[in-house]
Amino acid sequence: MDIELVSPSDWAKQQIKAVQDYALVGARAVANVFTGPRYFADIIQQADLIGVGSLPIVVLTGFFTGGALAQNSGVTLQRFGSLNLIGQLVSLGMVRELGPVITGLMVAGRNASGMASELGSMVVTEQIDAMRALGTDPMKKLVTPRMVSTVFMLFFLTIISDAFGIFGGGVASALFFGVNMHQYWSSAWQILQHQDVIMGLLKPLFFGFIISSIGCYYGMSARGGTQGVGRATTQAVVASSILIITVDFFITRVSMSIFGS
Amino acid sequence: MVAPPVIAEQAAAIQSDRVVTVDFEDVSIAFEDQLVLDSISFRLERGATKAIFGVAGSGKSTILKLALGLLRPDSGRIVVLGEDVTAMTEDRLFELRRRVGIVFQESALFDSLTVRENVAFRLIEEGHTSEEEIEERVREALSFVELEHTMDLYPSQLSGGMRRRVAIARTIITHPEVLLYDSPTGGLDPVTSNTIIELVVKQRDLYKVSSLLVTHRLQDAFTMATHYFDRAENKMKPLPPHARTEVPFSFLILRDGHVIFDGDLKELRETRDEYIREYIS
Repeated sequence: MDIELVSPSDWAKQQIKAVQDYALVGARAVANVFTGPRYFADIIQQADLIGVGSLPIVVLTGFFTGGALAQNSGVTLQRFGSLNLIGQLVSLGMVRELGPVITGLMVAGRNASGMASELGSMVVTEQIDAMRALGTDPMKKLVTPRMVSTVFMLFFLTIISDAFGIFGGGVASALFFGVNMHQYWSSAWQILQHQDVIMGLLKPLFFGFIISSIGCYYGMSARGGTQGVGRATTQAVVASSILIITVDFFITRVSMSIFGS
Repeated sequence: MVAPPVIAEQAAAIQSDRVVTVDFEDVSIAFEDQLVLDSISFRLERGATKAIFGVAGSGKSTILKLALGLLRPDSGRIVVLGEDVTAMTEDRLFELRRRVGIVFQESALFDSLTVRENVAFRLIEEGHTSEEEIEERVREALSFVELEHTMDLYPSQLSGGMRRRVAIARTIITHPEVLLYDSPTGGLDPVTSNTIIELVVKQRDLYKVSSLLVTHRLQDAFTMATHYFDRAENKMKPLPPHARTEVPFSFLILRDGHVIFDGDLKELRETRDEYIREYIS
């Protein structure tokens, strides 16, 4: 197999151009929200695919993540005789951090790949060119509805994931540490402050944008037939997952600076 | 023998009204530092069909995408139906594309839509045509390609030839003034290819549509240059020998990014260029 060597300056130019193209896709998708035509039917269809379709995996991962968190925390808390704090720990962990991130990563794995492969296939079979030739802007028809639906649905999926995570933590606490469920729920509920909920629900808005814009960007820039579509799909999942975790770090930092710990 | 009425009428119209519908002026484009088209110029007159030939990668399909504004040239000017495509924004290009249709190499039908929805796509998206009218125009377009019975099928349920014909129906539903065909017969058997060519000739001779046609198949181009569509008999027929020069059909041959031939069948047969002679032999 021939290996093509690329000069560092060319490589840097390619990377900068990729960032520029991605920024343009993201900016145009957002700008299209405020200009017509608006494709409500496509938004509903995508909301169903992204939101309802992702519900089972979000419920399952939320429940078991909360359960695992409770088991790990319980061992340490038991050692210090503070098992009554387990509800608070699971609740804060799920709402502020794990709920949004786990949901974001699951939806990224399922939908960023789906968007990249679907749009990538449309690119390589000239369906995107055909759409432009038929007088329809693919950014408005395909990208913006996916972005709006992902941001909207990820917000609610995160709430569901949080709820099932806390529930999973409660089940694990009761089963493995004999914690009273009523006590668990009271402490889990009472510890939550407005800033925790705001921080936890701010994240899916950013993550939804990242998943949809990355998925659509890699799909729309797919080149080179089916192999290119496969490459775009992999890159979309990898890039969106890394960006979610990176952006999570910064949102957490900024939120903590604003609201305090 | 008198030339068939439709051809004589068309030739007269073209003689009296040589309006240029597509005009390439010194157009160049490169992909990843490789110059694909190097300062090419040609014109397509109203009602005429021009077949574009060249080896794979010579920029034939690129010409069609440039004409439609799907690609932007690095230099040069492209005027389509009096509008400078190279200076237009994407929004203005959407308007122009209502008057210019394209049939893609692999049909490019939308997989998730039925034949009816594919053909009606533009009308549905524009949103100012009633459902009854859309239905009527879809039937009209599909009957032109003789595929009315496929309305509720999905593209995956159609053969390659049927998909090309549906793509033609989708393109002609708004009665464009210019049609761009990208290898409409590529990969098809001779009988199906002939059906497609007959549709192209029908568009040319009945509706006076100007066309650019990319093809690898010389026999298709020769068929178009030597046949006309008989309205009365509703089929393509060979031209009488003396009428051949009156067919609004020409050839454009590309080599190494340059136009090496632009002329009609008679000029092509008389050329002394060795490469072209070998190409057409």
